[in-house]
Amino acid sequence: MTEETKRITTPFSDEIVESLIAGDRVFITGEVYTARDAAHKRLVELLDKGEKLPFDPHGQVIYFVGPAPAKPGKPIGSAGPTTSYRMNPYAPRMIEAGLKGMIGKGEMGSEVVEAMKKHKAVYMVAIGGAAALIARSIKKSEIIAYEDLGAEAIRKLYVEDFPAIVAQDYRGENMYIKGVQTYKRE
Amino acid sequence: MRNIEANVISDTVRRLCMEANYHLGDDVLEALNKFEAVEESPLGKNILKQIIQNAEIAHSEEVAMCQDTGFAVAFVELGQEVHITGGGLNDAINDGIHRGYADGYLRKSIVEDPLRRKNTGDNTPGVIHLEMVPGDKIKVIIAPKGGGSENMSEVKMMKPADGVEGLKAFVIDRVRRSGGNPCPPVIVGVGVGGTFEKCAYLAKKALLRRIGSTHPDPFYAEMEKELLVKINNLGIGPQGLGGRTMALAVHIAEHPCHIASFPVAVNLNCHAARHKEAVI
Ligand code: SF4
Repeated sequence: MTEETKRITTPFSDEIVESLIAGDRVFITGEVYTARDAAHKRLVELLDKGEKLPFDPHGQVIYFVGPAPAKPGKPIGSAGPTTSYRMNPYAPRMIEAGLKGMIGKGEMGSEVVEAMKKHKAVYMVAIGGAAALIARSIKKSEIIAYEDLGAEAIRKLYVEDFPAIVAQDYRGENMYIKGVQTYKRE
Repeated sequence: MRNIEANVISDTVRRLCMEANYHLGDDVLEALNKFEAVEESPLGKNILKQIIQNAEIAHSEEVAMCQDTGFAVAFVELGQEVHITGGGLNDAINDGIHRGYADGYLRKSIVEDPLRRKNTGDNTPGVIHLEMVPGDKIKVIIAPKGGGSENMSEVKMMKPADGVEGLKAFVIDRVRRSGGNPCPPVIVGVGVGGTFEKCAYLAKKALLRRIGSTHPDPFYAEMEKELLVKINNLGIGPQGLGGRTMALAVHIAEHPCHIASFPVAVNLNCHAARHKEAVI
């Protein structure tokens, strides 16, 4: 874990994934896609049928978020992460399909960690509830699929210095275990 | 009898929905600052700083502090000398929620059926808790409740023999199992006694109590203090990534109960602990 914030850009290469260690603070710049459970369900159904996804997942990062509506003149409303464990059933399939990064909040399950180890992917968290602050780093937002899902539609975002923390890395290091062990008292 | 127009109630609810989502209570901010000052984890400290900064941005720009602008929970204390004219109370509240969430650029997070899951599109209906009280006024509290922390809540029908130790163990375990999911730091609402549904209601209502206030009964005041220390000793910390700040407060609300029962409910609220009230 380093004190400095690492600057990284999307899409992610294997080298970027390898450079990230649980506990690192990062600023992400580039395109990221949004999806919550409802959108993930549809994406995995497409994968099951062998059909093309609305975006090419190779090297991409998905942010688990359902933003608030944008006020006039703003690209997006408040946009903090949603709880990631709800994506446990879908994330391994997306990682197999080439996804390299996920951003959410809360711990991800062992099935996801296995897929992260096997295919080199990383799980980062944004601060749950810091949605107005996070929204400042989102410069563009465009719905690219599933508009009928409202807040849960898939959006392509362009972010600059999006603040996140590496929570679970591809080696299996886990801040939810490491951090808690450091600070717990009997 | 005092007449109150339904549309006055509706306008008030509309305003409270927005205010609650934009402006974090000064008690929550004070607690966040207090814990930030002593947080030992550098990462945890940084997270708390960003949470405070977020509340300041939401306040000054009048935008939602969290994108999950919640289930609109309304606590209404209706004076028994009030006569509502020009429409029903429930309709007035839901109309206020509808307009508040639309006009305030707040997210619509309600599905009309838990299994078929079609969004109602306007964040209605709210959950309305009504109490009749003496007097000729109406007090309305709007408490938008996020899903992440609500999902980490639980009711347990314990045995009377489980006693104080059983209660404490259950509360601590519930918090431990929730980890980073409820967006810690959290506020822990505990309902003890009553019936199955009453204790859940008490737990939710306990979240409305001012942070920093002391329980009027020293027995419970002591228990709240002890639970807070033990919960923070879990080391879960801000966002679950390790640290000394898992909870900002523990609030217990108790009620008489049946000789055979010992119901306990834990309702967690995230740091986006939103509630605003008005008296009409
Ligand atoms: S738990 Fe609270 S702070 Fe976290 S996303 Fe939900 S409403 Fe926001």
